[in-house]
Amino acid sequence: MSKGIIIVSHIHEVGIGVKRLMEEAAKDVPIAVAAGLEDGEVGTSFDAILEAIEALPAETIYAFYDLGSAKMNLEMASEMSEKTIHIFDTALVESAYTAATLLQIDAEESVIFEQLAALKIK
Amino acid sequence: MFTTENLTKSFYLFHEKIEQQKNQLSELDQAIGDGDHGNNMSRGMTAVIQGIEEKQPETVPELFKVAAMNLISKVGGASGPLYGTAMLQMSKASQTTEDTCQILTEGLAGIKNRGKSSEDEKTMIDLWFPAIEKIRQGELTKKDLVAFVERTKDMEAKKGRASYLGERSIGHIDPGAASSQLLFESFMEAGVFDE
Repeated sequence: MSKGIIIVSHIHEVGIGVKRLMEEAAKDVPIAVAAGLEDGEVGTSFDAILEAIEALPAETIYAFYDLGSAKMNLEMASEMSEKTIHIFDTALVESAYTAATLLQIDAEESVIFEQLAALKIK
Repeated sequence: MFTTENLTKSFYLFHEKIEQQKNQLSELDQAIGDGDHGNNMSRGMTAVIQGIEEKQPETVPELFKVAAMNLISKVGGASGPLYGTAMLQMSKASQTTEDTCQILTEGLAGIKNRGKSSEDEKTMIDLWFPAIEKIRQGELTKKDLVAFVERTKDMEAKKGRASYLGERSIGHIDPGAASSQLLFESFMEAGVFDE
């Protein structure tokens, strides 16, 4: 599968928790997490996001984040990467779960975009 | 005009000022943000100084780039991508011009673009924008910088964590404007704005 998902959060446990929830619905979708800083502190790391994007076995990546500065780091990482990255300004848990569910059944991209548009909150 | 010498000195001064005012910056951030601006900037500027000492950049664009990469990698909060993008744009601009105002204006454009923000939204832009205007008129003073920071007190935050507070953000100084004051003071003391 050449499509995957990245979760970017300020808190390590939030990222891991969302991923765990998504795996309930999407066992075969590649999911990366870049959450928290390396010393366990709260924040997002540009380096960790770029590394996660590059390591994910997917060429098209759907990206979900929690708060504004996560988005800025995500945008910078996506500018540096050759991969196609769609960043969604949507409710993190609901939209990541929705995307995972739809990617698992190989739904059309237009369908996924449409479903996610309804979850836009930021 | 930015020179390798005065820009290097500016970064050392900025690092020193951030270290001295780390706690005050975090306190400002506790009121309307997540309370870590001082620590984040301290971590970032410590990395910038390390980067300068390791790489010994010899040109203005290289110096700005070392600062950008370390701030982007090390800050953690919103100020990492914002200051980092500003420095990256200033690195690019300084490859083609020596005009201080033009270089700073490109940095400001980077901040606006990255933060999808503009003036009067209670952000670092409310320091950068009027400060650059004053430099253009040839008369930026430390007093001006203090006044610009004070002015953010009456603004309602429209961007970042502070915007969740809405009207309750009024009455507090924006921490990003406060740290930017220190950056411009550093440029000033290092002689960047001298004729």
